[in-house]
Amino acid sequence: MDNFIAARSQMGMSLAFHIIFATIGVSLPLMMTISEWRWRSTGDPIYLLLAKRWAKGTTILFAVGAISGTVLSFELGLLWPRFMQYAGAVIGMPFSLEGFAFFTEAIFLGIYLYGWDRVPGWFHLLSGIIVAISGVLSAIFVTLVNGWMNTPTGFDIVAGKFQNIHPFVAMLNPAGVPEAVHMVLAAYAAAGFATAGIHGWLLLRSSRNRFDEVAIGIALLVGGTAVLLQSVSGDALARMVAAKQPMKLASLEGQFKTETGAPFRIGGLPFPDKRETNYAIDIPYGLSLLSFHNPHALIKGLDQEPESDWPNVQMVHICFQIMVGCGSLLSLFALLAGWLTWRRPPLINHKPYLKALVLVSPLGFVALEAGWMVTELGRQPWIIYHLMRTKDAVTSMPNVTITFLVMTVLYVILGVIVVWLLSRHVIATPDRKQQLVRPGVLV
Amino acid sequence: MTADVILAGVVLAALVIYSLLGGADYGAGFWDLLCSGPRQQDQRDLIARAIQPVWETNHIWLILLVVLMFSGFPAAFSEISLGLAVPIFLILLGIALRGSSYVFRAYFTGSVRTQLYWGNVFSISSSITPLFLGMVIGAISSDAVLVKHGISENGFLRTCFQPFPLIVGILSLSLFAYLSACYLIIETDDAALQNDFRSRALFSGCVSLVAAFATYVVAGNAAQGIRDGLSRAPYVWLIEVSAAIAALAAFQALWTRRYQRARIAAAAQVALIVFGWGVAQYPYLVRPELTIYNSAAPTNIVSDLLIAVAMGAVVLIPSLILLLLVFKTHRESISVGADTTAV
Repeated sequence: MDNFIAARSQMGMSLAFHIIFATIGVSLPLMMTISEWRWRSTGDPIYLLLAKRWAKGTTILFAVGAISGTVLSFELGLLWPRFMQYAGAVIGMPFSLEGFAFFTEAIFLGIYLYGWDRVPGWFHLLSGIIVAISGVLSAIFVTLVNGWMNTPTGFDIVAGKFQNIHPFVAMLNPAGVPEAVHMVLAAYAAAGFATAGIHGWLLLRSSRNRFDEVAIGIALLVGGTAVLLQSVSGDALARMVAAKQPMKLASLEGQFKTETGAPFRIGGLPFPDKRETNYAIDIPYGLSLLSFHNPHALIKGLDQEPESDWPNVQMVHICFQIMVGCGSLLSLFALLAGWLTWRRPPLINHKPYLKALVLVSPLGFVALEAGWMVTELGRQPWIIYHLMRTKDAVTSMPNVTITFLVMTVLYVILGVIVVWLLSRHVIATPDRKQQLVRPGVLV
Repeated sequence: MTADVILAGVVLAALVIYSLLGGADYGAGFWDLLCSGPRQQDQRDLIARAIQPVWETNHIWLILLVVLMFSGFPAAFSEISLGLAVPIFLILLGIALRGSSYVFRAYFTGSVRTQLYWGNVFSISSSITPLFLGMVIGAISSDAVLVKHGISENGFLRTCFQPFPLIVGILSLSLFAYLSACYLIIETDDAALQNDFRSRALFSGCVSLVAAFATYVVAGNAAQGIRDGLSRAPYVWLIEVSAAIAALAAFQALWTRRYQRARIAAAAQVALIVFGWGVAQYPYLVRPELTIYNSAAPTNIVSDLLIAVAMGAVVLIPSLILLLLVFKTHRESISVGADTTAV
């Protein structure tokens, strides 16, 4: 394998795993804190049991996420030393702040996990809240860096080097904030739906029990709210891309020609050689309307740039369709579930509802990975948009294929074991005896 | 003192703290590998109990060190990443295996054999990683890493697989093991267990003294620069003398079974050694070319980073003290592995 391809594959593989570990690690603390808060306000032991279960999941995912995050922070230098040499100073600020947020998260997670009977109740709950907030902050800071790679700002280029750097301007780059919001909501939506799906599946297999019902309630509340807000956030992000990265928008949409009143394409397959996108359902004026809130707005097509600077249009378009499709399905489900919440008998007793929940529950993660592919592949061939090409940033070290293969094997093993551990310790309906727990008893 | 030097000081401080906390966790893994005798299982339990609530927090000092390096000294970070890619990759592998196997061991409660297996992965990777960490330190002290136009002049293996980096690796492992043994003694009230770790502390302490002497000798050939730095009068001498006094105090306290004092003296000894290395390395980050001054980010960035560090410290230091207060006092009520029983 070519070194450059191996380096890109290793980075992509590391991120693809990290994004799963990290998003669960970001969302579970919110759900566990909600559950503990319900326990403290109602005294119902089922919430305590659930909070402890999710705390256990958080521990496993936090540990693995910390590992995959460490790996990434080193890989930035190992695989892309020239990128770090030039850009390290510009993007260091969000990374440093992320380091502190991560630190806070680790400290308070330690207190949360092992401090049930060592700190006062209110402080324990507060620790959970701090874990949830610092996890979100970490996600935001890291995504701000990705935003900067897409819309680099906060510097002048003098003699081929970054000069007059303003780290906070760079940090709050145009893509950063909408991307960060989109990422956090995606984390909540993906993990919320996945958790609800798992408990739905348990409920289908076993008899009725409050444990799974309560879990589905909290998880769907988090996931459903997030996915509905995601459409607003997605709109903001798309308009930012249209304004700042028109070529990226063109490849998302398979828009080869520059035109006014461009249609929005649902599905379809772009053919870069023929410069057209076929088999799509066109919604007239849709793209102009969505991108600029004006049906006659001019949409720049890929024809504005030489073909050598195009990303892989087919992949980007397909991933974008998958993301939007999954997001829309989940939104529909969330609306439906919200609409039917107060039905009698409660929705949870309906098998078809549970089956539908189980079916749609993995789509959040599918959308998350697809969306990540969209933003990463859509930025190519640039590592810093229109400033530095990815191939110019890669390491001169030979045999990157070996490190790629070793890391892949390692991550696959990690992934398998994490799933196994979660299924042993987190994903299981406790029996009735265990549903009556006291605080201070570690379950 | 310029902002660059202060930031380098912060990076060095993070390295010192990482050695004292994270280093001791590696050392604990090393002792886990060597648990033996009638109290083998008790020794393992003691190690597991001691590092369980704190090891992740301890690990994050390394992440802080890395991000401050690449934000504040991007040229040096880039050069280290390229020239020392091989040991750094091995460190990464070690960190990944060690962290995950620790978690897996804690949660594979059903089968003793599987737990033993993950325990081995944990202790072996904990023992190997400090070797490579030390090798990186040795390599950047010894004129080995030189990058020109994105090409490592000394290749990728010759930069670190040399006598001097190797001996620094051994020194790091022996210091971490020594430190960890000193910490572990006071994690238990059982006199027999205390004795086990006392003899381990004395043994590894002696090994580390030999390794330190060997490092100094080998440096004469391979790393004249750092050796000259070590002999620089007067303040490096002061640090070295203080480290020697701390070492003596630690040995005396271990010998007379004053464990609390031994722990403090051993920590001071290791901190002074790492600190002394940093001062002797000044003004270099990566010998022979990159100094604090010629690899630092622009001044305004460095100042902003320092402000961020100060703000972070305001949040971090009280939180860390809180964590230690909650877990390292009234230890008697912790029951090991209690949270790992399957529900």
